[in-house]
Amino acid sequence: MSIEDLLKNIDRQLVTQIAFFVFAFITVGGALYLLFTRNVLYAAYSLLVTLLGVAGLYVFAGADFLAVSQIMIYVGGILILMIFGIMLTNKKKEQQKSDQLNKILVSHHNRFWVVLVAGALFLGFLKVIFEANFHIIGKNMHEGTTVKKIGVELMTNYVFAFEIIGLLLLAALIGAAYIAKKEKI
Amino acid sequence: MIYIQNYLIIAAILFSIGLAVAVTKRNAIMTLMGVELMLNAVNLNLIAFSQYDPDRLQGQMFALFVMVVAAAEITIALAIILKVYDYFKNIDLESVNELKK
Repeated sequence: MSIEDLLKNIDRQLVTQIAFFVFAFITVGGALYLLFTRNVLYAAYSLLVTLLGVAGLYVFAGADFLAVSQIMIYVGGILILMIFGIMLTNKKKEQQKSDQLNKILVSHHNRFWVVLVAGALFLGFLKVIFEANFHIIGKNMHEGTTVKKIGVELMTNYVFAFEIIGLLLLAALIGAAYIAKKEKI
Repeated sequence: MIYIQNYLIIAAILFSIGLAVAVTKRNAIMTLMGVELMLNAVNLNLIAFSQYDPDRLQGQMFALFVMVVAAAEITIALAIILKVYDYFKNIDLESVNELKK
């Protein structure tokens, strides 16, 4: 029995499901680490892991363009900005000597009640999900890429929202630069 | 074929954890991370339902716009946090409570 036969006999369904649950585990594990860690930089890195896992889940839902956008916008943009923010707002007097690890710690408050509320919210979501009796109508899971469709839709049905979002980004850019500038005293 | 309930449960877990992170952490940037996690949970739901709508992809379009708005939000929020740090020398949310006094 050669390797080709082995590859032909693999159940594609099973492989897909295993890969899906690996990505789901990565996502949830990163989020849980983000919840329980005290080190802000480690939290940023675990957010990175979570965002990459979510991008993988997008691929399983047939959203290839959005998965790449997720990596480019969140991991390439937002997370870098956050790490810059963490570095720039670090208290100097709490820094240790330069030969030690540079820990930036954060403390928690109201931990008990918040975990209780979040758990209750999760149980409520679970109840809704299992009681909602979804009837999927329409076609299932198209084949191929969604890039062309998204481009056409952006320039036809959603062209107004597209322009508005461009204006919003411009306003946010100018506003952020204006707010963050040093004031002369 | 992955059932849609799997996506919904993962999104529910992410949303709950995001809420807990946003409320428990005392660092302002950690609060922003919690908000990002909640936005990602919502996007995951939108995209999971969008796979049954391959002709119009409304969920994916909505998720794209949510992403752009999240990017705009995070830039403004970080600018404000930098200003808060300039003024208070601190971004601990417990100590930024001048209006309470």
